[in-house]
This record gives sequence, C-alpha cells and structure tokens, in this order.
Amino acid sequence: MSGISRRGLITAGVAVAAGASGVGVAASLARRYGLVPPDGGGVYGAGETLTYAAQRLLTRHSLAREFSRSQISRPPFANVVDPLGEDFKRLQAGGFADWRLAIDGMVAAPASFSVAEIRAFPWRSQITHLQCEEGWSYIAEWIGAPLSHILHLTGALPQARYVVYRSLQPDWWDSIDMADALHPQTIVAHGMNGGELPVPFGGPLRLRVPRQLGYKSVKYITRLTVTDDLKRFGKGLGSSAPEGGYAWYAGM
Amino acid sequence: MPDSAAATARVMRVRARHGAVVRVTHWITAVAFLALLLTGLEIVISHPRFYWGETGNVLSRPLFKIPIPASRVTVPTGYGYVMPDQNGWSRYLHFESAWAAVITGLIYVIFGLFTGHFRRNLAPGRADLTFRALSSVVAGHLRLRRVSEDEASSYNVLQRVAYLLVIFVLFPLVIWTGLAMSPAVASAIPWAVSVLGGQQSARTIHFFVSIALALFLLVHVAMVCVSGFRSRMRAMLTGGGAREVGRT
Repeated sequence: MSGISRRGLITAGVAVAAGASGVGVAASLARRYGLVPPDGGGVYGAGETLTYAAQRLLTRHSLAREFSRSQISRPPFANVVDPLGEDFKRLQAGGFADWRLAIDGMVAAPASFSVAEIRAFPWRSQITHLQCEEGWSYIAEWIGAPLSHILHLTGALPQARYVVYRSLQPDWWDSIDMADALHPQTIVAHGMNGGELPVPFGGPLRLRVPRQLGYKSVKYITRLTVTDDLKRFGKGLGSSAPEGGYAWYAGM
Repeated sequence: MPDSAAATARVMRVRARHGAVVRVTHWITAVAFLALLLTGLEIVISHPRFYWGETGNVLSRPLFKIPIPASRVTVPTGYGYVMPDQNGWSRYLHFESAWAAVITGLIYVIFGLFTGHFRRNLAPGRADLTFRALSSVVAGHLRLRRVSEDEASSYNVLQRVAYLLVIFVLFPLVIWTGLAMSPAVASAIPWAVSVLGGQQSARTIHFFVSIALALFLLVHVAMVCVSGFRSRMRAMLTGGGAREVGRT
C-alpha cells in the first residue's frame, strides 16, 4: 500500500459524491425558483446560471448608480446600428407621429401607444451609465416612462415571468425577467440629456435597462410581449443575443 | 522482524510533498486561469483602449492604447482591417472560468486556514526576513545557483512571498476589479467601484493585475523547468515526493 490508502480513497469518494449531490440539489433549487437563465443549457450554462442566480439573490432590488449632471459625457458615443430601413425613414419623415408601441401577451388589456401618449405618462429622469460589452462606456441623462407603469396600466398577469421587447430592426430583440421589468429604473426612454432621444441613440423609443450591459437596451422598440415562457420566441434562448453567441443575462 | 517493522513505519510516515487538496485546487486554478487569460485578451481586442475614471469611449481621451488592430469597426486603431470578433464565447468562457477559479480559490483558502497550510508552508520564518537572509537568497537566484536538497522539499522566502502575494493580493484584486465592472454588482455595492476611481479605472487596474499574474505564471513555469521539471510535476500531480515528516 504505497501512495493511495484505502482511507484516502473512501474520503475522496465521499467528497466527490457529496459534491455531485450538492450540485444536483443546487440545480433543482435553481430551476424551482426561476434562477436558471434561458441560455442556461450547454457548456457555458453552469457559469451563466451561477451569475444570474447569484445576482438575482443579492441584487434584485439594488438601484443602478446615478450620477451628477456634471458627470454627463460630452459628447456621448452612439454605437453603430444596422442600416435603418425604408419603414423607419417614412416614420421619421412624419416626426414619428405614427410610431406605435404595442403591448400584448399576458396582459389584461392589450394596448398600443403613440410616442405622444408615452411622453404624457409619468416620467422619470436618471443620469446613468451605459456600458458596452466591448469595454467602453458613457454617462447620460435618460428620460422615460417606467416600464412598470405601462405594465400596471395594461394589467400584466401575476403568472408573467418575462417581458420580450422587439425593435423595428428585426434582428435585435431581447427579454428581461420581471425583477428587471418592474425595476424602477427600467424605462421606455424618449428623452436624453434634456432633449428628445436622438435617432443614433435609439429614438424615438428605447428600452433602458441600466443594470445590464448596453445591448439589452434595445433601440427603436415597437412591441412588448409579456410571457411566462421564452421557448416560443426565436430559438428559445430569450433573445437575439444568445443566438449570436452572447449571454442573455448581461448584469455580468 | 524489527528491522522490517521499522522500515514499514518509516514508509508510512513518508508524506506527499503536496497534499491532495493543494494538488486538485492547483490544477483547476491553472486551467481556469489559462482560460481567463486567453479570453481576457480576446475581450481586450474588441476595445484596446484604456481609460481612467467612470467613463471612456472612442470620443474621449484614453489613458493609453495598445497598438493592435481591434475586432470592432468603431475603434480607430490606424490599421486598415478589423480582427475577427470572438467576444461572445470569450465572455461566456471568461465568466464561467472566473466562477471555477473563485470557488476553487475559496476551497483552497478555507482549507489553508484550517489546516495551517499557510502558516506552515507559506508564511516566511522570522529569520528568513532579515536583510542578510533575503539578500543571500536573491544573490543565489541571480547567480543561477542550483537548488539545494533542503530547499527542494520546502519553499524559500522568495517563493513564499510570491505565492502569498498571488493568493492574498493579486487574485483578490483581480476578482474585485472584475466584479466592479459589472453594472449589477456596481448597483449593489457602489463603494466597491468608487474607491477604485470608477468603472473604467477598474477595467484598467484589472488589465494590469492580469499582466502581473501572467508574469507570475511565466516565472513560475520557468522555475519549475529549471529546478527539475519531472520531479516538480510528479510532486504536483501525484504528490509523490520523498519528504519525510514526523522525524524529530
């Protein structure tokens, strides 16, 4: 008996068995409490689930940092977007008077609002970071209607778990869980730095989710769908981000 | 009979140079760290500019730039081409490896505190910290003196200081600055960002600490090669070393 003793083997065996059953129990608990993100399968699923579950347990109600007016980045940087199509140009020529934001899915009263109607909603102004996954960032003032207000107005059903949001750009859509959807800083932004939201920054309407990276703040939004199951949207991974190889949850 | 009994007792007291927990955590950390290093480099390529403070983008003045082409068209690099964009899987793997490294590191540190591993194997002795002792070790290294038998079974003071620095300063700092870049973590623990000077400062510090860790890795691997690659690898893989303990 050199090197490996029987006691050592038993100890190692017990440790491995305890570890494996611990992981199993943790995984089933995570599923039960909705702490597994829609892209939680596959090789990166363990890491994504750990990040999402840990942040939901520890940061569910935390507020994104807000800055003073003097910290606003001048000029801010507008990332490139896919070319805006003819539909967009037509709506832009009309001053976005015909732009509509539809709310459907698990709501008591599906509705469709014009930009003017959304401007008339209670609004919130917040000076927050926009961080891109590439590494750059800027600070700007964002003005908009809290998404929670729109969800209350249309009567989101209690079994709702996610809000899917779509853009005039068909390849850019996303979803957030109810923790982010009902978060006071998640807004349908229509203004920026004291003025209207410029087109390069997502005007006329952009969903701002300041506790996640910039790609979750989809520009040119046209439709919100409240749902309890993301499987029915796209490839079932929750947004176009995982379909392109990026994480669904971008609180990082 | 008495002779063979004594021999058995001796053999039983031969202890592994590295305990099982140290070996397992070492290799998990090694794999995770390599993955972090490669994916980290890949992420940097998407924006090889660094800033100080809260914000920074291509319209603001960088602290410094790395003179490499970028994987995004929006970054002015002076090169006429754009690198292939591998940010998606790099980010997925970066964070998964970070979890592996952090969980492994926690197990190792708890183990080390409870078993006296740090006190026994890593804390430098008082006598080793005198100027004379330190300068003799440094001089020995500079003259490329071969490791003595005594040192082969225990760490010298430079190794101890280097390992402690990596375990208790560089790794915590790289984890902290990494978390400080997360918008969700920043919302929950804002002071963890502000004491670093802002989120872009956190990114810049994260970059430099990673370079320090990569340099440590280089020296570490070089020293393993110099001091006997096969025996060092055997010690860290199977624990098999000829270190006897319990002899008084």
